[in-house]
Amino acid sequence: MSWITGVGLTPFGRLEGRTTLDLMSQAAADALADAGLERGDVDGLVTGYSTTLPHLMLSTLFAEHFGLRPSYAHGVQLGGATGFAMVMLAHLLVEAGVARHVLVVAGENRLTGQTRDAAVQTLAQVGHPLYEVPLGPTIPAYYALVASRYLHETGATSESLAELAVLMRRHACLHPGAQFREPITTMDVLASKPIAEPLRILDCCPVSDGGAAVIVSRERLGECGARIIGAGQAHTHQHVSAAPDQIAIGAAQAAARAGLGARVQVGDLRYAAIYDSFTVTLAILLEELGLAPRGGAGARAAEGHFDIGGALPLNTHGGLLSYGHCGVGGAMAHLVETQRQMTGRAGPRQVRDASLALLHGDGGVLSSHVSLLLEPAR
Amino acid sequence: MREGTQLLFQHCGACARVWCFARDFCPHCGARDPQTGRCEGAGRIYAVTTVTRAPSPEMQALAPYRLALVDFAEGFRAMTHADDDVAIGDAVRLRFVTFGSLKVPRCGRAA
Repeated sequence: MSWITGVGLTPFGRLEGRTTLDLMSQAAADALADAGLERGDVDGLVTGYSTTLPHLMLSTLFAEHFGLRPSYAHGVQLGGATGFAMVMLAHLLVEAGVARHVLVVAGENRLTGQTRDAAVQTLAQVGHPLYEVPLGPTIPAYYALVASRYLHETGATSESLAELAVLMRRHACLHPGAQFREPITTMDVLASKPIAEPLRILDCCPVSDGGAAVIVSRERLGECGARIIGAGQAHTHQHVSAAPDQIAIGAAQAAARAGLGARVQVGDLRYAAIYDSFTVTLAILLEELGLAPRGGAGARAAEGHFDIGGALPLNTHGGLLSYGHCGVGGAMAHLVETQRQMTGRAGPRQVRDASLALLHGDGGVLSSHVSLLLEPAR
Repeated sequence: MREGTQLLFQHCGACARVWCFARDFCPHCGARDPQTGRCEGAGRIYAVTTVTRAPSPEMQALAPYRLALVDFAEGFRAMTHADDDVAIGDAVRLRFVTFGSLKVPRCGRAA
């Protein structure tokens, strides 16, 4: 077991003039202050990658910049799954006795550090360079193909997917750091600009600047905290052309490896933090993880099931869809929010009971999966 | 493998698996020297989308265009362009069309 002893999260959105290292530093300083630790206490460092600062050695580049001399450093690259994979690695490191306090940090000026075309183009390169990219796909197009099949097989509709965007926005309205804070309706989603049918712009997360950090420690610090009680991964394919028919089967595998269905049952979960790069991503993951029936994620959202006062509050900070998505830091915001919920610090978004949480991230096109199980300190 | 205006695929002489992305070994059993076949062009639409927002200004000038995942009769799946009127489940036929400066595979409803 390991403890999330400190968290840091910048606002997401347009943060002019801030570099990758600025945003990482801000989040890291906030996480250290939150944990009550000094730089010298950090003996492990895990970073991800930044599309605006491609570097062979981001972890040690950051260590030098921020002023760390860790005994262990590591850069992780797993697309959207990177954030939780970094946390899982930190968890394993402290369990193995390699490090005592691991700083897990990400940040990127993904919005203002490049043109939007450059961002879209860079991301589309996760497609196959010979068999896919020359045809003109984008990340939304890969997920739109998945969405077309999902709607065909389940009978779910664009309206039901839109419910998930509305839900994320409703939550973001209560977070001052969220990129988008004006309420939207399903009609707004359905009338928004088409991107790749059936996905429209409000089905897609934005490109954001931002940073997030957590400290993963071997022991508890202070009165409150949250601990990681399980972690698991699964990697089933890279490209959508080579994916299995049950494309997100890795989600269930990762969650089972983390302990879901064994020492923890789905019915015991009280909070969920699920990757939501697109409405369809969130729907498919919720259903694959057993948090909603097949084709029924949108309907559950419409019924209030995932509301702050609902049976299973979901992404109460607004998720990638409305808090924003700055790359590796995007999913880490889900973890920061979970830790704040478990430590009673979520302000107007505070849920009544966050006594057991499932976190899940995916990278590629539902290709790489990481699940974490968290519970508050007792 | 796409060579000129044909869609190629591979199959393994040892385990009989079929796949699209070219390699010099079988990704299932590891056997060397898989055989390369030429797709005859008959397939069925597995998934389809219309791309309105393209990845680059050059491709934006060609938008909207449709992308599909197609299950070909030989037993492999590949991404292609698709005609406006195809839907999931449709039997389709492959041809090559001009897309900007490239020739790309495109599927239309089988006659």
